[in-house]
Amino acid sequence: MIVLRLALQSLQARWLTALLSVLAIAFSVMLLLGVEKVRNGARQSFADTISGTDLIIGARSGGVQLLLYSVFRIGNATNNVTWKSYQDIASHPDVAWTVPLSLGDSHKGFRVLGTAPDYFEHYRYRGKQQLKFAQGEIFEDLFDAVVGADVASVLGYNVGDKIVIGHGLGSVSFLDHADKPFRVAGILEKTGTPVDRTVHVGLGAIEAIHIDWQQGAPIPGQSISPDQVRAMDLKPQAITAALVGLKSRLAVFRVQRAINEYPQEPLSAVLPGAALQELWGLVGVAETALAVVSAMVVATALFGMVTMILTTLNERRREMAILRSVGARPATVLGLLATEAGVLTFAGVILGTVLLYAGLFFVRPIVDRLYGLNLDISAPTSWEMTTLLVIVLAGLIAGLGPAILAYRRSLADGMTVRV
Amino acid sequence: MKGVHFTWPGRPRFSLSVDRFSVGAGDRLLLLGPSGGGKSTLLSLLAGIVTPQRGNIDILATDITKLSGPARDRFRAEHFGIIFQMFNLLPYGTVIDNVLLPLSFSKQRRKNVERTSSQAQEAARLLTRLGLPSDEVANHRAASLSVGQQQRVAAARALIGGPEIIIADEPTSSLDRGRQKEFLRLLFGDIAKAGATLIMVSHDETLAENFTHVVRLEDFAKMERGA
Repeated sequence: MIVLRLALQSLQARWLTALLSVLAIAFSVMLLLGVEKVRNGARQSFADTISGTDLIIGARSGGVQLLLYSVFRIGNATNNVTWKSYQDIASHPDVAWTVPLSLGDSHKGFRVLGTAPDYFEHYRYRGKQQLKFAQGEIFEDLFDAVVGADVASVLGYNVGDKIVIGHGLGSVSFLDHADKPFRVAGILEKTGTPVDRTVHVGLGAIEAIHIDWQQGAPIPGQSISPDQVRAMDLKPQAITAALVGLKSRLAVFRVQRAINEYPQEPLSAVLPGAALQELWGLVGVAETALAVVSAMVVATALFGMVTMILTTLNERRREMAILRSVGARPATVLGLLATEAGVLTFAGVILGTVLLYAGLFFVRPIVDRLYGLNLDISAPTSWEMTTLLVIVLAGLIAGLGPAILAYRRSLADGMTVRV
Repeated sequence: MKGVHFTWPGRPRFSLSVDRFSVGAGDRLLLLGPSGGGKSTLLSLLAGIVTPQRGNIDILATDITKLSGPARDRFRAEHFGIIFQMFNLLPYGTVIDNVLLPLSFSKQRRKNVERTSSQAQEAARLLTRLGLPSDEVANHRAASLSVGQQQRVAAARALIGGPEIIIADEPTSSLDRGRQKEFLRLLFGDIAKAGATLIMVSHDETLAENFTHVVRLEDFAKMERGA
């Protein structure tokens, strides 16, 4: 007991350096666990981008590509889906609902999505959550638009504002649809999905603004006013993609196959979950890099602790010699030093974990609001527990180095006590 | 000690050879020799902190050169009290913890103490006899004591639990003349009372009158020192 008490008092006498090493370890552990939490949050948010949809269909292409342009609004469709094919699929006996997606125009860098009002009913994210309106409501008039949260906040839009849709996808459009301005009818709440960066309009509106266009340019001398357009048949020729919900999830592979083998047109149907996972596999390299960096930070902190123990070793030669003289075994001397390293690491790990959870508690709502990233405050996973355990063990082993050195010196010192 | 030859590990040029050296039980032996003359090395050998490459060291009918490392450590804990020249105490520990430290390594000495009183009482008794009013200093940090007081605490630590052999390596060299006398008087009193053997080294011949035996290191040991 006295030996242990003296070891603690020895540590106490060096409290400042000890505290600094504990803090270094604590911060590194906090970083490591924090990165892990963000990683999980990002992966979860990513996987939660779209849910409740059983199949996404589009022109024949790879699953990732289809997912990228239809859900993430990145890149372009290689081809369209004809309205006829869409109607066919919608009437398939296993299909419960379909939502058409028509892409191709933009508004000041944000994509414009032409869709049906059902979109707001069926699009789900983060475990079946529906889109909610922060202001206003679904588009009713032909020239109504519903904007995502980012669109509204970046461009400072309120319900009732007039906006002009540009043709094509550049953030600066040389051609626009200024003759047919839209009114902001609703603003969506933040979701953390690409919906935030999308301007939603009715499918008919996409037809309407292109009705006097041909091959990507306005037909010279021919201009149809918005009022004239309202009277016309705005049934689209084609759409870009569609979300499909099934009556029973069990039918998903049967329907997928039917669509992939659709005889009239080359189409693709993908399962959003599978495609998301495939896509994450590509994006996931970055998260691995992050994890590697934070592991290196932990290693650095452990090195710092070993350095601290090494620098105090000289002044502790006295301690070693005295303990040896009263009959302490080398194992005891070794054990004391290694235990010290273990205790410091353990304290650092505990402190770091506590700091992380305290930090998460405060930061979580802010991160969710700003980035739509849902950081889970849950008990450490078994992976995290294992990691923490490995860190403590690494600390113990790292402490053995100085301990062995101290023991060697205590042998060489013999009866002389050096300071 | 018979036919002992020792070289410090890593310092092959420095060696100490002792043909024959013995101390009787209950003796108070003063070992004289110049500074750097191998006195501390001899004490390290006796205490079993280092082992010779050749030869035997019989202490209390045990050849400690035949013991394993841990067994030698235990042997030292049971039978030796050691006082260094200076820096005897763990500076951040309390006086009482410093005195009681050997008891956590030796069962026999713990038993010896507990036969008559509690550990704390015995420590207090020793400190008081050595001229340190224990109720005043027992819970002070050792570093707050003067050098002379620290040496007395070290003596109390060496004596606690009644080990058979006390080894002192120039314990008075950091004290002034008056305090040296006082310290030795108290130390001798306690050692005589316990019936222990004292082996003390010094380069100061004026201390000789207090001892039963006085030997010079160069008379029985040969030291070689390379360039």
